Amino acid sequence: MGIRSSTPYGKDFGGCGLVGIIDRAGRPVEGAMIVSSLCSMKERGNGLGSGYAVYGAYPEFKESFGMHVMYNDAGARETVEGLLKSKLALLHAEPVPVKKVHAIVDPPEFWRYFVDPPAPVAEQGEDVVDDLIVTIVMEINERIENAYVVSSGKNLPVFKGVGHPDAIAEFFRMQDYSGYLLLGHTRFPTNTPGWWGGAHPFTILDWSIVHNGEISSYGTNKRYVEMFGYKCTLLTDTEVVAYLLDLLIRKKGLSLSAAAAVLAPPFWKDILLMGPQKKDYYTALRVSYANAMLNGPFAILMGFDNGILGLNDRIKLRPLVVGRKGDIVAIASEESAIREVIPGPDDVWAPKAGEPIIVTLKEGTQR
Amino acid sequence: MLYKNPYNNYFDYVVQRDLDRCIRCKACVTQCSYGANFYDPDREMIYSLDANCVGCMRCSTFCPTDCIRIVRNPDAFRPNANWKDNNIKDLYKQAGTGGIIITGMGNDKPFTNYWEHMVIDACQVTNPSIDPLREPMELKTFLGRKPERLEIGRDGDITTKLAPQLVLETPIMFSAMSYGSINYNVCESVARAARELGTYWNTGEGGLPKALYEYGRQTIVQCASGRFGVSPEYLGAGAAIEIKIGQGAKPGIGGHLPGEKVLEGISETRMIPVGTDAISPAPHHDIYSIEDLKQLIYALKEATRYEKPVSVKIAAVHNVAAIASGIARAGADIIAVDGFRGGTGAAPKAIRDNVGIPIEVAIAAVDERLRQEGIRNEVSLVAAGGFRNSSDIVKAIALGADAVYIATSALMALGCTLCQQCHRGRCAWGITTNDPELARRVNPEIGTERLVGLIRAWSNEIKEMLGLMGINSIESLKGNRDRLRGVGLSEGELQTLGIRQAGT
Repeated sequence: MGIRSSTPYGKDFGGCGLVGIIDRAGRPVEGAMIVSSLCSMKERGNGLGSGYAVYGAYPEFKESFGMHVMYNDAGARETVEGLLKSKLALLHAEPVPVKKVHAIVDPPEFWRYFVDPPAPVAEQGEDVVDDLIVTIVMEINERIENAYVVSSGKNLPVFKGVGHPDAIAEFFRMQDYSGYLLLGHTRFPTNTPGWWGGAHPFTILDWSIVHNGEISSYGTNKRYVEMFGYKCTLLTDTEVVAYLLDLLIRKKGLSLSAAAAVLAPPFWKDILLMGPQKKDYYTALRVSYANAMLNGPFAILMGFDNGILGLNDRIKLRPLVVGRKGDIVAIASEESAIREVIPGPDDVWAPKAGEPIIVTLKEGTQR
Repeated sequence: MLYKNPYNNYFDYVVQRDLDRCIRCKACVTQCSYGANFYDPDREMIYSLDANCVGCMRCSTFCPTDCIRIVRNPDAFRPNANWKDNNIKDLYKQAGTGGIIITGMGNDKPFTNYWEHMVIDACQVTNPSIDPLREPMELKTFLGRKPERLEIGRDGDITTKLAPQLVLETPIMFSAMSYGSINYNVCESVARAARELGTYWNTGEGGLPKALYEYGRQTIVQCASGRFGVSPEYLGAGAAIEIKIGQGAKPGIGGHLPGEKVLEGISETRMIPVGTDAISPAPHHDIYSIEDLKQLIYALKEATRYEKPVSVKIAAVHNVAAIASGIARAGADIIAVDGFRGGTGAAPKAIRDNVGIPIEVAIAAVDERLRQEGIRNEVSLVAAGGFRNSSDIVKAIALGADAVYIATSALMALGCTLCQQCHRGRCAWGITTNDPELARRVNPEIGTERLVGLIRAWSNEIKEMLGLMGINSIESLKGNRDRLRGVGLSEGELQTLGIRQAGT
């Protein structure tokens, strides 16, 4: 991987609505559920971007990497497919099924590929395989014009584009999918015209991110992840959060809660009051990974193969609410979106600023 | 042949005295340490020898009736765009003396000041600005090597031990000024201010007077090519050690302390005889290569049991990025880069005004290079060289510095008026002089207060600027060039600084 990004700048800002739903017992949640939840917050978006991630949607290929690639130009497909074939074992390729929808004008073309690493790479272990996938994703995004990788994880397709959440859901036939964890997002970009690659969720490997807010520390974070070969090419600040999580958790070996404490660390004045062990812990995290700290208003939901993380900025400048009913947990921008999918929840609360909400599948759950 | 040098008539300043207001109190006479004012008892009048005036404003400041005005000498050479006044005067001076012209303070030539061509971003609507009076705003800064990764033990504890760090409550430190170039009262003011502010001061190459050892925890002790005052106790006394390779005001040459300034206390601290010039060698004679530097870094670490970060200070020169990379790889924990506007107690004018590069571009180049090599976190970057206000500092950190060193502005807080006579040891403001009568003019108690006042003010302004950027911690500003834009810069300049044109 190179050391310089070809697009050193570029991001946009926005207000947004987001929702995540998980069934801790691993039972499939219908795609329609998250659509109705997200549509209840339609006014948080402006029709310039919506999207969904569905963990568990491809059980027949669950051990392979599923790459969803967006083409703005049909010519790019040949190049991408050539690259995939040269570096990976291509098991299956097909267009992503879509429905013609009146509200969706001039959509790009979407293809999905199921790929396995070549045997010599696979033998070197998971981390090497993941690095190879990341490299290929970066290469496509950066070097191949008019082609963008929308998702690259296992058993985790992402469907996103320019349109209101109901139109995008209809276009991508969300009713045909279900999964144990779903994320949804509706976008209100204010600075740049919406484009299909700029809609959320953003993913890398099994991490997926939906985000409401602005990363005011974007320049710092972006230049940090670039040191490790990531390229921010999608013109939005959310992308960098996905790369930060991959870096902190997969490459640096931090736990989810430690990574959350890096992204939204406690204030020094609070660290000062902690017992010696906790003080050392948080000091070490803040000092060592200062460049990964996220600043500015944000509520983010991060999906991973085993669960979901919800996190607010350190002074909670964006809304985030959690609801629970039995094994189902929903995290959303608004309580109404939670009650839409789990009416009569056992519990609803708003997490504190910077307090991570981590919900995982129950132990032993089959995904 | 001329019996009189034309320079003598074309002095820089004229002392104008309103005789209606003058009460013959002689304050101006006693205050002037350059002999520019004198009292004639026969005529009961005060006169001035304008040729001696350095424009330091000491007399006009202390005149109780406000009757003195120091004005630029209107009697000037014939205007000539090529031969400017200073070219002509310097030439005459040198023809008369055969000497190198020595001066003090930083480069005063009108080079492009990039701070003045950069503007800062602010929040509007899409992200709320943060009010530092109502919300926490963090300036705490750690300088030192950061681990590549933290190892986590079985119980979730972090098992990696952090390398020694300097912990600053604000990203501003006092830069190296040696005892001797400034007097003890100034050293004490700076040391006390550092303690009160939770930051650090730097001894420069003059050693640490015994009486200031109590401030050791706030002190960066310097080890320069002359090794003045370096002893095991000295190294042990500081919080960090800095190897001085170069200085922005005079890259490539050693320190100069004229013998006139080497009095009793200085002689003892520097371990040299009274009255001798303290000229440190241009290079360290044990460092002729990067490997040698590595040896010195580790020798100093060995000598202090790896308990203190080691900094290496270099002047900003053309190849500064590659040099900084080498220094990081040689094991330094901190790299201090001093731009060509950095001050000095004494430097050849030709060198001060023409050698080195601006700190703005040096920060940008070093930060970018260290990132390209993936070693930016292994070392902290401290920028020095002419910071004039809090916005310069905000821009420096956004370009990629971890913290800054200030010295000229610290001396100005103590009264310095930038008259550039530091090398003469006659500072009328009592700062760069060791004459006990003059040195008394700096009272450490008041000096401390003024330094603390300056840094508090700047820190509050930095907090305000972070707040308007929607950032509540200084680490989110570091290297955040996205929050800067350039105005009136060429494409090449923008690219070097790594920032975009305003409006894009």
